[in-house]
Amino acid sequence: MVPLSYYLMLSAVMFFLGVLGVMLRRNAIIIFMSLELMFNAANLAFVAFALYYHSLSGQIFVFFVMTVAAAEVAVGLALIVAIFRTKHSINVDQLSSLKG
Amino acid sequence: MAAGPFNATMILAILPQIGLLALGVLVSILDLLWKENQKRNLGWLTASGLALIMVLAGVFTAPAAQPVLVFGGMLRHDWLSFVFQMIFLFGAALTALFAMDSEPLSRKGEAYMLLVAATLGMTLMASAADLIMLFLAIEMTSIPLYILAGFIVGDNKSTESGFKYLLFGATTSAVMLYGFSLLYGFAGTTQIYQLAGILQQGQFSTFTLIAVLMLVLVGFSFKVSAVPFHFWAPDVYEGSPTPIAGFLSTASKAAGFAVLMRFLLVVFPMTEHYWIPLLAVISTATMIVGNTLALAQKNVKRLLAYSSIAQAGYMLIGVASVSPLGITASVFYLTAYLVTNLAAFGVVTIVGRSTGSDELSAYAGLSRRAPGLAMVFLVALLSLGGIPPFGGFVGKILVFAAAINSNLIWLAVLGILNSIIALYYYLMVLKVVYLYRSEDENRPLAIPRSWAIAMGLCVVGILLLGTVFGPWYQWSVTAASSLF
Repeated sequence: MVPLSYYLMLSAVMFFLGVLGVMLRRNAIIIFMSLELMFNAANLAFVAFALYYHSLSGQIFVFFVMTVAAAEVAVGLALIVAIFRTKHSINVDQLSSLKG
Repeated sequence: MAAGPFNATMILAILPQIGLLALGVLVSILDLLWKENQKRNLGWLTASGLALIMVLAGVFTAPAAQPVLVFGGMLRHDWLSFVFQMIFLFGAALTALFAMDSEPLSRKGEAYMLLVAATLGMTLMASAADLIMLFLAIEMTSIPLYILAGFIVGDNKSTESGFKYLLFGATTSAVMLYGFSLLYGFAGTTQIYQLAGILQQGQFSTFTLIAVLMLVLVGFSFKVSAVPFHFWAPDVYEGSPTPIAGFLSTASKAAGFAVLMRFLLVVFPMTEHYWIPLLAVISTATMIVGNTLALAQKNVKRLLAYSSIAQAGYMLIGVASVSPLGITASVFYLTAYLVTNLAAFGVVTIVGRSTGSDELSAYAGLSRRAPGLAMVFLVALLSLGGIPPFGGFVGKILVFAAAINSNLIWLAVLGILNSIIALYYYLMVLKVVYLYRSEDENRPLAIPRSWAIAMGLCVVGILLLGTVFGPWYQWSVTAASSLF
């Protein structure tokens, strides 16, 4: 059996890559993908711990997180489409009409 | 305290949530059935529905002295959650009244439905006693608010504000979720009220616990717009429809505080010595950043956004005091701040509606165009500044008293200095309203009835909280006692 620490290392790496992606990339779609990576890092940690404790609540948590992430992305894509219609770009650096 | 089996009285504990669900469904059905010219009435329906839920909850949902965990430990039915639920319902009802005359929202059934859905999420946030429930409640609050912030689809600023809100919100909640996963990993349970005991027994280094606490705090700081997670607030408030900006700055912030208080005091009591200084520093930074950046603002919505960041700093003083008095002070402050800030954003709504601008220059001559409106603005801004006899004054006194009581005297002094800075920019706005002349000052502003009712309620609230504060103080004391 794969030891728990392996899963946690992988999940930490995924989470870190997700954070880097959100901070460094400028394409809105890629940012959303990196966000998904962060959510899934947490999901991996949840299922790994659920296996370790033989408790179901971690696995149930993952189902809810997946649903919520899907809802979030649905709203996000709708907003991206609305932005694309007016700006013809999904580069987040273009979103600069609000500042001060 | 374990969660008992299901019994029928549990239904009473979630009566406000059931009511909100029914109201949301009703609004979306009537939105389909009603004709275009009737749809403005959806605002009346939402506001009166929310008021009815408040009354019903007041009669049937008032918790017993002993807190109980209901629905398998998912929710905790106690005074803290009850008081916060009342605050959210009141804030949402006022927002519905303001929305009725704000062009993009007034005839859109979905706007009211999303408002009700966000309120439902908030009521769950205040009472969640399980990590799963808490995460779902936070997301249920956030997602409708993302849509509402970006509601004006054709408007660059609105979609941009919605997108920024979503980006910041989703990122911080992912970080918070990672913190939750580690908490679950340490304890093997998702029940918030069991976590503390297990964490204390286990041999976890303080460093690990503080690291997890920081991850979780990211999500909560975003909700209350505390430094360093405040960047979104001015942009989102400026771009979103004004009534929604008011709702974000009051009810949504209050929901964040409800969660923050419960989580810190219940899950992390053993690391208190580490997070009290941390919270005090965050609170100081929040006050200073909010107030100094507000000084330079020329747009009233942005000014109020920075002011609301600073206000979160004052409320954090109460939480950092970690005493029954501190929590009482924060709850009282939040109530006073809710009515005050909603009144201020209400004035911005009506001025923006008639002049088409939120710039400070649009407020010149307001005292001559609409004396009543200018008066309301005066009351709201002075209350935000902490001048007696308004609610904000009592709130500030309580918060500073709590800090002094808990030996955080430096924090209280910084808070008082900051309120003086804040008073400067509030008075600058009032100077424009009262002393500056404008060309169109003989044209009175149109003030709709729904708006007048909401504004009257706010002003009465501000005055009552500043004078006859006894009952509300007692409420806050009871709410705070359910955490200790």
